[in-house]
Amino acid sequence: MNARLIAFLLLCPVAALGQGFAGLGTDAAGFAMPAPDPVFDFPADHGPHPNYRIEWWYVTANLTGPDGTDYGVQWTLFRSALAPGEGEGWRSPQVWFAHAAVTTPDAHHVAERIARGGIGQAGVTAQPFDAWIDDWQMVGKTLDNVRLTAGGTEFRYDLGLEAQGPLVFHGDGGFSVKSAEGQASYYYSQPFYRVEGSLDLPDGIVPVTGEAWLDREYSSQPLSSTQSGWDWFSLSFDTGAKLMGFRLRQTDGSAYTSATWIGADGATQPYGDGALTAEPMRNAEVAGREVPVTWRVTLPDRNIDVTVEALNPDAWMAVSIPYWEGPVRVSGSHAGRGYLEMTGYE
Amino acid sequence: MLLQVSGVTKSFAGAEGPVPVLSGVDLSLDLGQTLSLQGESGSGKSTLLHIVGGLDTVDGGQVLFDGRDVAALDEAGRAALRRSDVAVIFQQFNLIPSLDVFDNIRFQARLAGREDAAQVARLIEALGLVDHRHKYPEQLSGGQQQRVAIARALAARPRLILADEPTGNLDEATAEEVLDQMLALVGETGAALMVVTHSPTVAARMDRQLHLRAGRLA
Amino acid sequence: MTRAVLQALAAHWRRNPLQFFTFLAGLALATALWSGVQAINAEARASYDAAAATLGEGRFDQLVPRAGDSLPQETYVSLRRAGWQVSPVIEGVLRTDGGRIRVVGLDPLTTPGALSPVGGTRDIDLDSFLTVGVLFANATTAERLAGLPQEIVTDPSVAPDTALTDVGVAQRLLDRPESLSRLIVAPEQPLGLPPLDEVAPGLTRVAAQSGSDVGQLTGSFHLNLTAFGLLSFAVGIFIVHGTIGLVFEQRRGMVRTLRTLGVPLRRLIVLMLVELLVLSLLAGGIGVVLGYFVAALLLPDVAATLEGLYGAQVSGGLQLRPVWWLSGLAIAVLGAGMAGAGALWRIARLPILASARPRAWAMAAGRGRWLQGGAAMLLLAVAAGIALADAGLIATFALLGCLLIGAALALPLILGAVLALGQSRAKGVIGGWFWADTRQQLPGLSLALMALLLAMAANVGVSTMVSSFRLTFIDFLDQRLFADSYVRGNDREQMAGIEAFLQARGATVLPLLRVDSRLDGIPAELMGARIGPAYEDNWAFVDAGPDAWERVAAGQAVIVNEQLARRAGLWLGDMLELGGGLRLPLAGVYGDYGNPLGQAVISEARFSEIFPDEAPRQFGVLGMEPDDLRRALSEAFDLPPDSVVDQSTVKAFSLGVFERTFTVTAALNVLTLAAAGFAILMSLLTLSAIRLPQLAPVWAMGLTRGTLARVELVRALVLAALTAILALPLGLALAWVLLAMVNVQAFGWRLPMYLFPLDYARLGLLTLMAAALAAVWPALRMARTPVSHLLRVFANER
Repeated sequence: MNARLIAFLLLCPVAALGQGFAGLGTDAAGFAMPAPDPVFDFPADHGPHPNYRIEWWYVTANLTGPDGTDYGVQWTLFRSALAPGEGEGWRSPQVWFAHAAVTTPDAHHVAERIARGGIGQAGVTAQPFDAWIDDWQMVGKTLDNVRLTAGGTEFRYDLGLEAQGPLVFHGDGGFSVKSAEGQASYYYSQPFYRVEGSLDLPDGIVPVTGEAWLDREYSSQPLSSTQSGWDWFSLSFDTGAKLMGFRLRQTDGSAYTSATWIGADGATQPYGDGALTAEPMRNAEVAGREVPVTWRVTLPDRNIDVTVEALNPDAWMAVSIPYWEGPVRVSGSHAGRGYLEMTGYE
Repeated sequence: MLLQVSGVTKSFAGAEGPVPVLSGVDLSLDLGQTLSLQGESGSGKSTLLHIVGGLDTVDGGQVLFDGRDVAALDEAGRAALRRSDVAVIFQQFNLIPSLDVFDNIRFQARLAGREDAAQVARLIEALGLVDHRHKYPEQLSGGQQQRVAIARALAARPRLILADEPTGNLDEATAEEVLDQMLALVGETGAALMVVTHSPTVAARMDRQLHLRAGRLA
Repeated sequence: MTRAVLQALAAHWRRNPLQFFTFLAGLALATALWSGVQAINAEARASYDAAAATLGEGRFDQLVPRAGDSLPQETYVSLRRAGWQVSPVIEGVLRTDGGRIRVVGLDPLTTPGALSPVGGTRDIDLDSFLTVGVLFANATTAERLAGLPQEIVTDPSVAPDTALTDVGVAQRLLDRPESLSRLIVAPEQPLGLPPLDEVAPGLTRVAAQSGSDVGQLTGSFHLNLTAFGLLSFAVGIFIVHGTIGLVFEQRRGMVRTLRTLGVPLRRLIVLMLVELLVLSLLAGGIGVVLGYFVAALLLPDVAATLEGLYGAQVSGGLQLRPVWWLSGLAIAVLGAGMAGAGALWRIARLPILASARPRAWAMAAGRGRWLQGGAAMLLLAVAAGIALADAGLIATFALLGCLLIGAALALPLILGAVLALGQSRAKGVIGGWFWADTRQQLPGLSLALMALLLAMAANVGVSTMVSSFRLTFIDFLDQRLFADSYVRGNDREQMAGIEAFLQARGATVLPLLRVDSRLDGIPAELMGARIGPAYEDNWAFVDAGPDAWERVAAGQAVIVNEQLARRAGLWLGDMLELGGGLRLPLAGVYGDYGNPLGQAVISEARFSEIFPDEAPRQFGVLGMEPDDLRRALSEAFDLPPDSVVDQSTVKAFSLGVFERTFTVTAALNVLTLAAAGFAILMSLLTLSAIRLPQLAPVWAMGLTRGTLARVELVRALVLAALTAILALPLGLALAWVLLAMVNVQAFGWRLPMYLFPLDYARLGLLTLMAAALAAVWPALRMARTPVSHLLRVFANER
């Protein structure tokens, strides 16, 4: 039922228009639209923007256990508005849902939560920072120092995140264009979290350390109606530099790419369509479909030519709207690790 | 004269109208006499026996039993005749399956209201049924069943005993023995005996032999 | 060859249309009763399922308030924030122009499992579902909701008289903001959940399918119906068994001939099986159609019963569900197969033999009789054991099964013994033969007689229960409805005004305060009463401590109805939590027949302490003529005349509900008895064919056919009478089990047992009439048997 209802919730408008992944390519009547040259107001902008249709607080972490085993952790809170603005109590048009996952080299644990806004079951406050749904929480005095918890029937995690660098803004100062037609979102990140904490897995509790990356994005119609999904990379190189890149696939087979080069000091350089290339090298059958789990990613301007390979190809997020999300290893011109998200693979 | 049959006619319904079986039969039989009735299959010999015994009715003619016209009797009258004056020994199914040998033998005598315990005992003895007194009909051989039927018929002390192929289902030796016993015992009681048979041997043991052909006695 | 054989087989039916009719009628009747009952059960279950799907009851555990009927919405949020995967439900009654409708509010985002209407195939705008409001209801209910501003969507899977909507919309419709009724617990919960006591101490967890579940409450009733259906079917199978036995008996000659002509036995058997299958499908089809009509006829009464006794809503319309029509066909085929198996086996095994039927009873006497007797004793012993152990409802029904089957098995043995005694005592020659022959008939008739025994015992048992219930209920109504009239007002002020008005005129006013609640986690109503002499003089206790009324009046104790006491396992002196922190000891337990809910009574003052906002909705008034009262209130308060109901009207109404409740039982009783009569008729007809060789010698020795026919009739009557006499104690045992065990487990009250000798006599007479009717035709046939048929017995040809 939940799956059906969420599909209903998110795809019903899509069904009407027949386009885009998860309804992200739909008409945004009544909602506020991102505009170029944004001026952010922090910490307030860490909180929700109910006039925009969708918004997320998206954390991915590459972690290492005491024996050197790699782990990936995901914590995502989505806000999806049925109508712009807030309402009182159950009348609130804001629907919240969240995904949490832990990926190990041979396992992938997923959990999902869904909640109505307006009654206190889920929400985000900017000051002090608190983003929650049920018992899942990302909470701290400020966004720079938060505790991240979530769990499902077979796992739990409790991580401390401490920012080691500044916020970075994608696209044009946080205005990230998503298509040639000009669809865009507000998009900024905190890619410099250092992480320490523990994972409670079926085999026992594992103390872990590593780094995490928070993406904040909100918009009302980030995808063009001719875009069917995306492949999104967040890579941290051993040099301390980072690369965010994505490739939006068009229904005609072409792609729209965008990237942000993040120096170890936090200095950024945005790249527009075509600068970044990402080519699938190897597919794996995951959840009954072919998904590329090894990629060649290049950014010639920075001499990047790397192979990105999934730590665990089975990192399928079997949630209401399923997608692939998991930790990756980077080799080639640069070494490192990161996260890969792939949506719209039918 | 105990039995006087004159001009008896009888026909059965057939597919194309009535089929005559008896077309004017005359015969007479007195106490102490024995008579055999022979004839082809379907010659009407059994029908004649049934009519004489009050088991069946006539279409025409007269059957005088001890001066009374049997043909004029209603069902109850014929039943009374069967109960007290006639005993029939059939080829098979003579006995009441739910009663044992002893009760079967006494049955008709008690119905007629003249049970004689001593006589019953004598009959059981004479017919070699002592060991079988408490058996049920289905536990008996064919010969034993017919002996019980004879005992039952005699125990009722009827004036007329009718037997329809009484030994027809028995092998030759048994048939001979049963016939001997029957004739001896009937002789003792002085009743009249009419036997329907196809067997010349059986017929030969009777005082008179009659043949039915095409519904008439020849 | 196959075709020729089939023609030969069919020729038999053409020549014996009566047997063809009997076979079809018997099997169709059996199937009709069975599938009719199954159809009713299926319909009721579908209604419960709709309710359970609506409410999540039955499949999911629930968190309910320990006391009271609501929980704050914050508790829900706290539980969610603690990790508990629960989903909110609010339930309440909406009074519309179209009557009372139960509104159920859910949160579609958190509800576990399939929630039938929401997210169905229709394109419902989720935004409007969550905010403006969409109500799902079945077609009948939807019409009654037409006045509401919300969008109404018709969905047949919603329970009757229920509207389903979003929790927020429901809160607004019911005017209960921030309030919930209960929480559904999702089956999968995350790791490290804190205990419920820490997060929500005011809630208690109720396991799925526990006491409050309508399905379980009504389970006994449906088991009851099913038992009746099976009983009817068994009776029908007796009929079919008899017919098939006769048909195969008569076909032996044909089988012999066909085999002589070179038809392989195997093919013959296969073809006969095919024939049986085709005929039983035909009969089953007819039966299912008849069953539909039976069910359609009875369903409204069943629905009334279920609502009256359990508060379960069952839709009155019947649907053709595969569950029951398929099971009807299946059981027809199976039944015919069972009945035919023996006959076919005999044919398969028998070489060509003399065809006279053996005197089976004498031969089979030894071992078979011991086995049957042993089985009967064992079953009866098990029944007694269960009765002593006083186990659960299912065990009690097992007891009933053991009792009935054991008694049925014992019947031929007991009858055999009685007949043997009769035979040994018989004086006359006809008498002796009569008893002996009756004994011989017994095996052939025993199945039909067992059917008669069961039918009559069921009648005695059920009618004793119903009549006992009725007497108790009338008595109980007299106790309970002691006020001269009952007044209903509109609101608090008006009620207060009426009270003062009536007291000024010297009438005694007994306000009754009432809230729906849960007591000890069990759905119940909590009442606040003005205790006075009227209560003390009229109410009778099942069990009470000294000064029970004084203690209740003083606010020191509570009294509860029997069903609450039994369900909660409480008795005198035990403490009961009543909500609002109030805990009181039990001072008394009173009978409360016909009420599906638990009930507790405390004093008016105590009640007002816990529920200060509740105003009485009803007054009992003593000391004023109902007509005067009606007139006075109409003048002074403009109350409509139907706001005042006098005692006799209430009683008449209650009794009316009661009578309707048992219409079905009565109807099934009659049907079962009729089927048993039919079974006797068919057995006798079957037997009459093999009777001739048994009767012919007796006829030849001087009994008329008329006498024999009379004897046959008397025989049937004697057997029926003996069976009826034996059925009486069995029926009373059945009644005792129903009253003292089934009632307690199914409803929560134990009823005193009364005896109704006149009823039994009437029933006995009815049974004899049924047997006589059944025996008349075979007897007439006997009386009219042509002499030639009798004479043929002795002839050579068989």
